[in-house]
Amino acid sequence: MVARVSATISVRNLRKAYGSTLAVDGVSFEVEQGEFFGILGPNGAGKTTTLEMLEGLREPDGGELAVLGLSPWPRNPALLPRMGVQLQASSFFERLSAREQIRTFASLYGVPASRADEMLAVVGLAEQAEVRAEKLSGGQAQRLSIACALVHDPELVFMDEPTGALDPQARRNLWDLLRRINADGRTVVLTTHHMDEAETLCDRVAIMDHGKILELGPPAVLVRGLDTPVRISVASGQLSAATALSLAGDVTGGNVTDNGVSLSIATRDPASVLAGLAGQDALTGLRVQGATLEDVFLSLTGREYRA
Amino acid sequence: MNAVRSSWLALRSSWLALRSSWLALRSLSRAMFLGFVRDRAALVFSILIPVLFLVLFGSIYKSTSSPRISVIEVGRVALLDQADAAAPGQLGNLLAITHSSDLGAALEDVRKGTSDAVVQQKGRTLDVHYSIADQTTAGIVQSVFTSIVQQADAAGSNSAVQLTTQQVEDKSLKPIQYLAPGLLGWAIASGGAFGAAITLVSWRQNKLLRRLRLAPVSVGSVVLARVGVSLGVALVQLAVFLAIATTPYFGLKLSANWWMSIPVVACGTLAFMAIGLLVGSFARTQQAATAVANVIILPMAFLGGAFIPLDYAPSWIQDVSYAMPLRYLVIGMQNVMARGEGAASALPAIGILLGLTAVLTVISVRVFRWDAV
Repeated sequence: MVARVSATISVRNLRKAYGSTLAVDGVSFEVEQGEFFGILGPNGAGKTTTLEMLEGLREPDGGELAVLGLSPWPRNPALLPRMGVQLQASSFFERLSAREQIRTFASLYGVPASRADEMLAVVGLAEQAEVRAEKLSGGQAQRLSIACALVHDPELVFMDEPTGALDPQARRNLWDLLRRINADGRTVVLTTHHMDEAETLCDRVAIMDHGKILELGPPAVLVRGLDTPVRISVASGQLSAATALSLAGDVTGGNVTDNGVSLSIATRDPASVLAGLAGQDALTGLRVQGATLEDVFLSLTGREYRA
Repeated sequence: MNAVRSSWLALRSSWLALRSSWLALRSLSRAMFLGFVRDRAALVFSILIPVLFLVLFGSIYKSTSSPRISVIEVGRVALLDQADAAAPGQLGNLLAITHSSDLGAALEDVRKGTSDAVVQQKGRTLDVHYSIADQTTAGIVQSVFTSIVQQADAAGSNSAVQLTTQQVEDKSLKPIQYLAPGLLGWAIASGGAFGAAITLVSWRQNKLLRRLRLAPVSVGSVVLARVGVSLGVALVQLAVFLAIATTPYFGLKLSANWWMSIPVVACGTLAFMAIGLLVGSFARTQQAATAVANVIILPMAFLGGAFIPLDYAPSWIQDVSYAMPLRYLVIGMQNVMARGEGAASALPAIGILLGLTAVLTVISVRVFRWDAV
């Protein structure tokens, strides 16, 4: 099979082994222009190796690979200006300020300093322009690193775990930035092991483990495909467990737990349970939780801990 | 017409490519230069500490030199006896006189620096031969003998005595003459080796190396920028050392071909950067790179003539020194800077340093890793 040239990224049966370990074992997928594509997986699933082959940092052992219609390996100077790679929040020159960093990267692509300064403002670092990269906060450093990846206006952007060690505010701030980057028409490929991140950002995700893609599709479709019960919980003390159980109805396979704080009902028929709870006027503290991408992920990759 | 147009286009595109590599080279050099000058530890290690050593050792060895002038009296010099008789004991405070009958051997002693002056009386002429390697000593010799002659004339015991003075070329090295090239060699070796090793390891660790590989910039530009910055630092080290060593206090007199030390310094920088590159190719952490570079450079400073001048070193050190790259950097500089040898005398050192650079670079390229894993 020949890799399709029209797709932004086209991967067929990609393989890479380190010694006797198959890091990537026959991976195939396509990423369309303007798509936000996520690669999910536990540590050691092969997602970083896949990304590195797409970026042209590693030579595939086998399979076909086309990025923007070109082969990334060996290092392809025609491809480099068209893609942006965000590596880590620490991949900077020592002791340079934010402005000096981005201007240096800009000049490597023949981009004028004025455009570099604009990019700094786009990621909200105009006020930190004089601050040295080492002195930036985690979120600021991450945004600088993204600005450096975007300074030459690439069509395709790769990000490896962009929100790694950020606090919740910084993560949400960064998500907004990533959405804007994608909304500008750029294709974005990111790896992450944060399921909520993939769920809110990605048009499609590939869930990888042991070097293979286990599931590929839009997050909502993957979650629906899981067919897990919905958890409905209300504050304890509003109705008895027996009443709750009758609401859930044994036929739908529902079950009830009450830990003294919350009473939870797991059901595959949430509409009738919610109507019943409303009829009992027992909706205080109501929470409804459907399955998340995390459930899909855990059901695919198992729950056992991996270092 | 088409051929003209296409060759014009080819010329234009290669000009543009050249221009963009130049711009990339310039901005990379700037980034690395700023990174260096803002690194206080690097500045202290590459400039301040070597200069401190120079000032310290220069002062120590300077003050231990004998205050008495050693004079060899060839034959019998009646004027000295008269001066001694006129003011008993005073002459002995100034001059330490030894006797000899061989003028040639005595002059050789002055050349080697074991004696300061030779004096000989031929009838009414007093011949004084002295070395100007040490300006203070030379000044004392001149004034002492001038006053001896004047006193003799004033006493009028004889008709006027004519004083002739002759300068003897001094081949021996004064402390500053081996301290300056030695400590400078050590400073350049450390700067080059540590600079290259630590840059390589830290860039590999923080993935900047990988980031640069993903930018449309050639490996050559990155290496050239780093080499350029190191060469600049080495030339600053050279300038600072020469400025301090040639002050009247330390009294280094530069030989005519001192400029030849510039290419020696440049080649030494390349050779030690190549050593650092090799260290950085193997070391995984900055700490490991620093430790390994120290293990290489520090013993070499003692065995390669940087801390211990080879002229005064035990013979086993002299033998071992031939295996030390630092020897060639130090000796190369010493020959043209202090010993007054011809410009060509630095060529063997330059050749050996460049050869070493080539061999180590080839090995480094083979074991080079872009990534920590």
